[in-house]
Amino acid sequence: MNGFWAILARDLHLARAESGGALLAVQFFALGVLLFPLGLGPEPGMLSRLGGGLLAVMALLATLLALDRLFQQDHEDGTLDLLRTSPAPLWTVALGKALAHWLLTGGPIILVAPLLGIVLQMSWPAIGGLLAALALGTPTLSLVGAIGASATIGARRSGVLLALLVLPLYIPVLIFMSGTVTAAETGLAFGAHVSILGALLLLSLVLAPWAAAVALRQIGE
Amino acid sequence: MTASTPSSEQPAVRGSALHRFANPARFLRLSRAVQPWLLAITLPCLIAGLYFSLVKSPIDYQQKDTVRIMYVHVPAAWMAMFGYSTLAIASAIGLIWKHPLADLAGKAAAPIGAGFTVIALATGSLWGKPTWGTWWVWDARLTSVVVLLFLYLGYMALWNAFEQPQRAAKAAAVLALVGAVNLPIIKFSVDWWNTLHQPASISRIGTPAIDPAMLTPLLLMAVAYLGLFLLLLLVRMRVELAERRVMALQLARSRAGEGR
Repeated sequence: MNGFWAILARDLHLARAESGGALLAVQFFALGVLLFPLGLGPEPGMLSRLGGGLLAVMALLATLLALDRLFQQDHEDGTLDLLRTSPAPLWTVALGKALAHWLLTGGPIILVAPLLGIVLQMSWPAIGGLLAALALGTPTLSLVGAIGASATIGARRSGVLLALLVLPLYIPVLIFMSGTVTAAETGLAFGAHVSILGALLLLSLVLAPWAAAVALRQIGE
Repeated sequence: MTASTPSSEQPAVRGSALHRFANPARFLRLSRAVQPWLLAITLPCLIAGLYFSLVKSPIDYQQKDTVRIMYVHVPAAWMAMFGYSTLAIASAIGLIWKHPLADLAGKAAAPIGAGFTVIALATGSLWGKPTWGTWWVWDARLTSVVVLLFLYLGYMALWNAFEQPQRAAKAAAVLALVGAVNLPIIKFSVDWWNTLHQPASISRIGTPAIDPAMLTPLLLMAVAYLGLFLLLLLVRMRVELAERRVMALQLARSRAGEGR
């Protein structure tokens, strides 16, 4: 696990050195959400009804925005070749990178989401459901995204390609995130949705680092 | 003797069934022998299936003639799933045993599977308008099949995004395997969610909930579709092999030109 902590610390350190570059994703998230009241009209009833879904979709897109730098930069400057020849197993590298990505995008998104929920006139129970959904959903997005990012290293137009590959895989997470918010808003039990989000997280926690490691291993061959 | 012996350069290892077909020449010989037989099964089944389903089969007491869309739609949906299963299995074989023809099979299968998916979606939509009163509903079955189409398209895009075909094959294979989680979702979507799309009426265990007069044309069409899929797959793989050979020859010629 030493490799895991080293990668995590390194990526967080690099993000701090970039001074604010890592927070572009959450800025995009907030700005994107603020476009909807302006585009759809500021009618409070409609905004509170759409709010949960809007925030979930924007969380997906903001996660995606930060993904294409996940391995690309390390591939370009040769760090990835060193990591591949290092004794640390590649899945720990993938897991560390995915966790760093989540801490830098998913974490800030969760912190800003309640504020944006209030701006969109969402009810308190709905905001509570949204927080639960984002807390369990966004780590899954980072983990699944790591597979896509590792598969598109060195590809032509990798940014757009990454979005096309990863978004279909994000759909289940989106469905159950907005399901949680809808159930919480109408006062229904949202335990089932949250359980499925948790199951998706555990599943991707086990499978995604391994799949990303398989993709990383193929680059040098 | 296990199948995991790497044999990309040495002649096929005796006893490993998988790697007997890693030799392109052997594959070409076999596919050339199989192709006429496939055609001999597919063509009569297609003609008989079309005749029975569009002319001979009884009309539904509720759906009238619209029911005939089913004979085109259901086998196409089956082949959409079968195509992706082929893709996933070929990808697994390509990744685990580094089987060169498996990578090729995956690449060749994707556009065919995507084509069948489009046919299934289009005919389903045409059937939905008179029967459900809408071209499209956001039900779990329909949504998961649309996701399947995008998985096919993403796989094909990934193949085209790399300079070296070896790298493309591995990246696309990883993606194909991850996307395979969608297959059980499609299969069980009609059971897990209370949806508009009807659950399966044909099961291997027990009696099918469909009249023989309708089952016969459906099965004929299914055999025809399967034959067509395999036929197209073989042709596409042979084209792919021929293309690689042309590229290798061109490369060799340009190298020889430089040497002079």
